Amino acid sequence: MFDLWEKIKQTLPMGTSAGFTGGVVHSNQHKRTAGQAIIACPLPELLIHPVKQHIGDPCEPMVEVGERVLKGQMIAKAQGYISVPVHASTSGTVEKIEEHTIPHPSGLGLTSIFIKPDGLDEVDESLHPLPNYRSVDAAELRERIRNAGIAGLGGAVFPTFVKLVKDQKNPIETVILNGIECEPWLTCDHQLMLEKAHEIISGMDIILHLVGAEKGIIAIEDNKPDAVEMMQKTLQEMGLNEHVQVQVLPTRYPQGGEKQLIQALTGKEVPAGQLPMHIGVLSTNVGTSKAIYDAVCLGEPLTERVITVSGDAAAKPSNMLVRLGTSMHFLLEQCGVSSFEDIKVMHGGPMMGELLSQDDVPVVKGSNGILAMQKRSIMRAHFDEEPCIRCGDCGDVCPAGLMPNLLASHCKENQFERAEDYNLFDCIECGACSYVCPAHIPLVHYFRYGKGQVAQIQREKAFAEESRIRSEKRDARLAKELAEKEEKRRIAREKKEARAKALAEKEAAEKAVVDKDSAEQASAEQTDKPEVKADDKPAEDKA
Amino acid sequence: MAFVYPVLVFAGLAFAIGVGLALASRYFHVEGDPLADKVDALLPQTQCGQCGYPGCRPYANAVAGHEVAVNHCVPGGERTMLAIADIMGVEPQAIEEEATAPVVAHIREDECIGCTLCIKACPVDCIIGAPKQYHTIISDHCTGCTLCLEPCPVDCIDMVETPELLEHWSWPVPGTKRAIKAEKRKGKHDAQGELSV
Ligand code: SF4
Ligand code: SF4
Ligand code: SF4
Ligand code: SF4
Ligand code: SF4
Repeated sequence: MFDLWEKIKQTLPMGTSAGFTGGVVHSNQHKRTAGQAIIACPLPELLIHPVKQHIGDPCEPMVEVGERVLKGQMIAKAQGYISVPVHASTSGTVEKIEEHTIPHPSGLGLTSIFIKPDGLDEVDESLHPLPNYRSVDAAELRERIRNAGIAGLGGAVFPTFVKLVKDQKNPIETVILNGIECEPWLTCDHQLMLEKAHEIISGMDIILHLVGAEKGIIAIEDNKPDAVEMMQKTLQEMGLNEHVQVQVLPTRYPQGGEKQLIQALTGKEVPAGQLPMHIGVLSTNVGTSKAIYDAVCLGEPLTERVITVSGDAAAKPSNMLVRLGTSMHFLLEQCGVSSFEDIKVMHGGPMMGELLSQDDVPVVKGSNGILAMQKRSIMRAHFDEEPCIRCGDCGDVCPAGLMPNLLASHCKENQFERAEDYNLFDCIECGACSYVCPAHIPLVHYFRYGKGQVAQIQREKAFAEESRIRSEKRDARLAKELAEKEEKRRIAREKKEARAKALAEKEAAEKAVVDKDSAEQASAEQTDKPEVKADDKPAEDKA
Repeated sequence: MAFVYPVLVFAGLAFAIGVGLALASRYFHVEGDPLADKVDALLPQTQCGQCGYPGCRPYANAVAGHEVAVNHCVPGGERTMLAIADIMGVEPQAIEEEATAPVVAHIREDECIGCTLCIKACPVDCIIGAPKQYHTIISDHCTGCTLCLEPCPVDCIDMVETPELLEHWSWPVPGTKRAIKAEKRKGKHDAQGELSV
């Protein structure tokens, strides 16, 4: 039965040539920064480092106000397992440590370390270079990658060291280097591949050594033939072309999505709720790979990254090498944005990026793109929601095979359980559905809302459960105290009763004795009487 | 005599089923009231008494016994009411009182005289203190029920709104913001219309 099914699958052109179903094709005309060499952004007057720039637990600041720090010095240390430290991106003094708005759609703030640069750019050399990484122990390399603060630079910022494990149960067979460029307007990864091919491939070699994998794939979309050529050439020069291949994939969004990419390259699907490592695959972004090279071979922690600055309000869109902590407004000014009155800043690419509040925020590890958009172009996209016409386009493009129109209507009506039944949590928030929807329904926004609400409900449930247990324990305690009191009272009462009884008995006994005595006395009265009277009298007189 | 057999058969059957049911009710007996448990699991466990019962469990028992309507839990809000109405199989009813923003209690410690009265009032034991010592509240466990306010002789307990945590932030519903903005634009439009008239 299953064999037959497999045969049918082989003969029929199932799916698309992209290897995953759905997806949308963007034209190249928006890649305004294609082919532009990476320019270094000048040193700003102030650098702001939020203590959390990755997914996981926030770091703990480890410098004091007024302290001098060097470039690459660790200024906040990791807390918990899924956490990576933060480093100063130039030398200078710590001006203050306080809350500052971070690039997040909520516009909320986070503890941040403000550094006033002294312009010397003096480097901290506590991490010594390990150019012969093949002879270094895997655990040490892993620790180094963690201490260098490396998290996925493709935008997800998951701490990279967590993925780099040599697991006996799920050995990693294939390492995928993601050179897809996940978002249509961004070109930073493309440019990095052209300019830093050697570093990127060395980084990949470090990963191959670390996890003990044999096979590497560099995935590049077919709209970047120059990058393909560059990678192939460099592989040959480095003598790695036997282990590592370059694979060219058709240009289709979201080809750069981790699960979609793995499916396209290996034909294996990552099961819902599992990680790529469960099927023996590891994928990293080219930028992360270069950061790993810098950390291991040069001893340089992650303090800068390449960012595509674009958008219809940026007169000089560019690929910029930016120090982490640089103000986004400063960066945009370098790219020809003069006034921030009528623009909105988008963090990330046009499909998955998040609109930021009006405040100025620093560049963080996850900033792959910064788009300055005219307010009116954003408004147009966001303000014309119409009823769903059931065209089904959204389902056709969904790479996760969901039914976005149904999901959105469940989320709209707060029917989150139903939305979960329709696999809300498999949505990768790629935005392809919103992009094609002819009714301009902000579908992906509804999914983000729904996911947030589900998480909120779960938190409330957990808290209610905890409160219930606390309240039950208190009731039990009170009942126990009451019972104990009752018990004490009972014992006291019993004692009292016993005493009373004993007393009564004694009295009775005494009485009996007295009775007996009095009887005896009565019998002896005639003889004793005068004597008794004589005894009593003086006592009465004394009283 | 033909009627004797059916009578015997049915009598025997009735007896066997009776014994079976008696045994089943004995061996499959469930402690407590399962319906009340289900209702209790839906309640927010704030233990505030706004429903008119001394806590969530008593209210759950009353609801399960059809003694009281399903819309008396104020902190639970509409979502809880709908869920209870669903399992009780009754029509949903509107909640009269507005639910307020989530709050937790906070003691102004320098004013506390250490009388321990608040400790006795707290339904979830989240106040720490000893006689004649400052008392304090573990805000992570406080349900915001406000029961500790009343007994405090020096009124040094405040209810404060819980701060918005970054990791608990979630996206707002898309329509609202748009609706507000559209409303604003409409206001502007109307105002312009008035000016031009
Ligand atoms: S945003 Fe979610 S539902 Fe929409 S296309 Fe992407 S994965 Fe599918
Ligand atoms: S694309 Fe838009 S209009 Fe078409 S079915 Fe999906 S939600 Fe409805
Ligand atoms: S109103 Fe709701 S939360 Fe408060 S005690 Fe009653 S059931 Fe519990
Ligand atoms: S501290 Fe006060 S408000 Fe908080 S749960 Fe205890 S009694 Fe209620
Ligand atoms: S009731 Fe008020 S004064 Fe007494 S211990 Fe509590 S907070 Fe302090």
